[in-house]
Amino acid sequence: MDEFVLIMRHPDGTKVASPEQMQIWMKQTMDWIGGIAAQNKYVGGNGLVFDDSKVVRPKNVVTNGPFGEIAEAVGGYMIVSAESLDEAVEFAKGCPVLQGDGNSVEVRKIAKRDGIH
Amino acid sequence: MEYIKLIPHLFRTEYSKIVAVLGKRFGFEQMEIAEDIASDTFLAAAQTWPLDGIPPHPVAWLYHVAKNKARNWMQREYVFKHKVSPELRVGGSGNPASSGIGPNEQDIDLSAKNIEDSQLQMMFAICTPVISPEAQIGLSLRILCGFGIEEIADAFLSNKETINKRLFRAKEKLREEKISIEMPGVREIDERLDTVLRTIYLLFTEGYYSMSQDSAIRRELCFEAMRLCRMLIDHPETDKPEVNALLSLMCFHASRFDARLNERGEIVLYDDQDTSLWDAELIGQGGYYLSRSASGRRLSRYHLEASIAYWHCIKEDSIEKWENILQLYNRLLQVEYSPIAALNRTFALAKTNGKPAAITEAEKLKLTDNHFYYTLLGELYTGIDNKKAIAHFQQALYLAKTTTDQQLIQQKINRLQGV
Repeated sequence: MDEFVLIMRHPDGTKVASPEQMQIWMKQTMDWIGGIAAQNKYVGGNGLVFDDSKVVRPKNVVTNGPFGEIAEAVGGYMIVSAESLDEAVEFAKGCPVLQGDGNSVEVRKIAKRDGIH
Repeated sequence: MEYIKLIPHLFRTEYSKIVAVLGKRFGFEQMEIAEDIASDTFLAAAQTWPLDGIPPHPVAWLYHVAKNKARNWMQREYVFKHKVSPELRVGGSGNPASSGIGPNEQDIDLSAKNIEDSQLQMMFAICTPVISPEAQIGLSLRILCGFGIEEIADAFLSNKETINKRLFRAKEKLREEKISIEMPGVREIDERLDTVLRTIYLLFTEGYYSMSQDSAIRRELCFEAMRLCRMLIDHPETDKPEVNALLSLMCFHASRFDARLNERGEIVLYDDQDTSLWDAELIGQGGYYLSRSASGRRLSRYHLEASIAYWHCIKEDSIEKWENILQLYNRLLQVEYSPIAALNRTFALAKTNGKPAAITEAEKLKLTDNHFYYTLLGELYTGIDNKKAIAHFQQALYLAKTTTDQQLIQQKINRLQGV
């Protein structure tokens, strides 16, 4: 069993959804996570807030937010345990973020601290 | 003849107090002595009360006799030690207390305060990960709740020898590991409390879901678990949000105790329960402790389970109810996975998102050795594909172990087959 991180990306993090839309989206997200947790495959995760974000670059250059310059902002991540990359991809397919055009979920295997990776 | 009723009653309430105080005093090294002295005390009551009549203050009488017996034992122990190694200086466990009179430090303190402190310390000492959860429950029942070996054996569907062995080994382990009977420090208390709460909850579920035919014992297990939890709440150091959440959860569950079994001791499913049998007072207490639990930063599994149990105390079906239950299960599973929570979550999903969506999710669970899994699939397919529903119920029937479960499943198959 390996651990994978699902990284959720939005092309434009500044879009504001209506409260009704937010509520629907929240339920879908919670049901999605609950479904993975019900298979005992949920490890952890968090949503990331778009306010209060900075980008730190070499030579102490700090800029506001990841938006504009970077096409895709990370909106959240979740860590799952899965038998294979394919299984982790199946989990990612259920992510409600994918209902938005241009959004994506990147699936990456987490390096084991075994000295090899 | 009143003593025939009084002695067992006092045994249940006082035995564990005497054992806790003496046990705390002697340590696990001499735990058996503490238990013997407490038992002898009740034996003395059973022998003298029928002849002399019940003393005016029966509890004080018991404490007095227990104190004397303990003092005598300590004196003998002291003399013995002195004969074996005369140079040995006075240790913690024995001092002659020469005449045995006077409130010196050797006196056994059976004040309400010391009883409570000793019981609490004993609870922390027993609920240690050093011994198995079964051993923790067994010792809790014996030492904290004053259960007889036979009663414990009944509750566990086991026999006296097995339980005796289990308790003996557990006590040996506590001695080997030098577990001391004291309150953990402020920093450790949260971590240690986790184990204590887990044991209390196991004790409760042991009673609630026990396969023992003796419903009186099952009920006692549940109420003992609640009593221990209440003891923690009465103590400022352990009056934590998650302790209140656990008590709330147990109150809500216990409120359905009468409704969930019929006269023949068979399980009555939630949907078929007579709500007039639900205990409104316990539901009220559950609400009270749930509101007391709503502080602090930590959302424990007990908070979530208590909230789920709260929604179950509202009989009317509504989308709001099931949506709340679903979201609570979603969070509970993130905090702590269990197959039963996964199945219940999927049942709630069927109520909110419809059966087809729930079937898709249920089939991912793959709990293929669990008869509840097939019962759930049977329920979900009922009305959608009755043939499949029957096949799932039959698989459930094959896996079910108790006759109660088998009967319930058979009823469902019969209903679908129109028998």
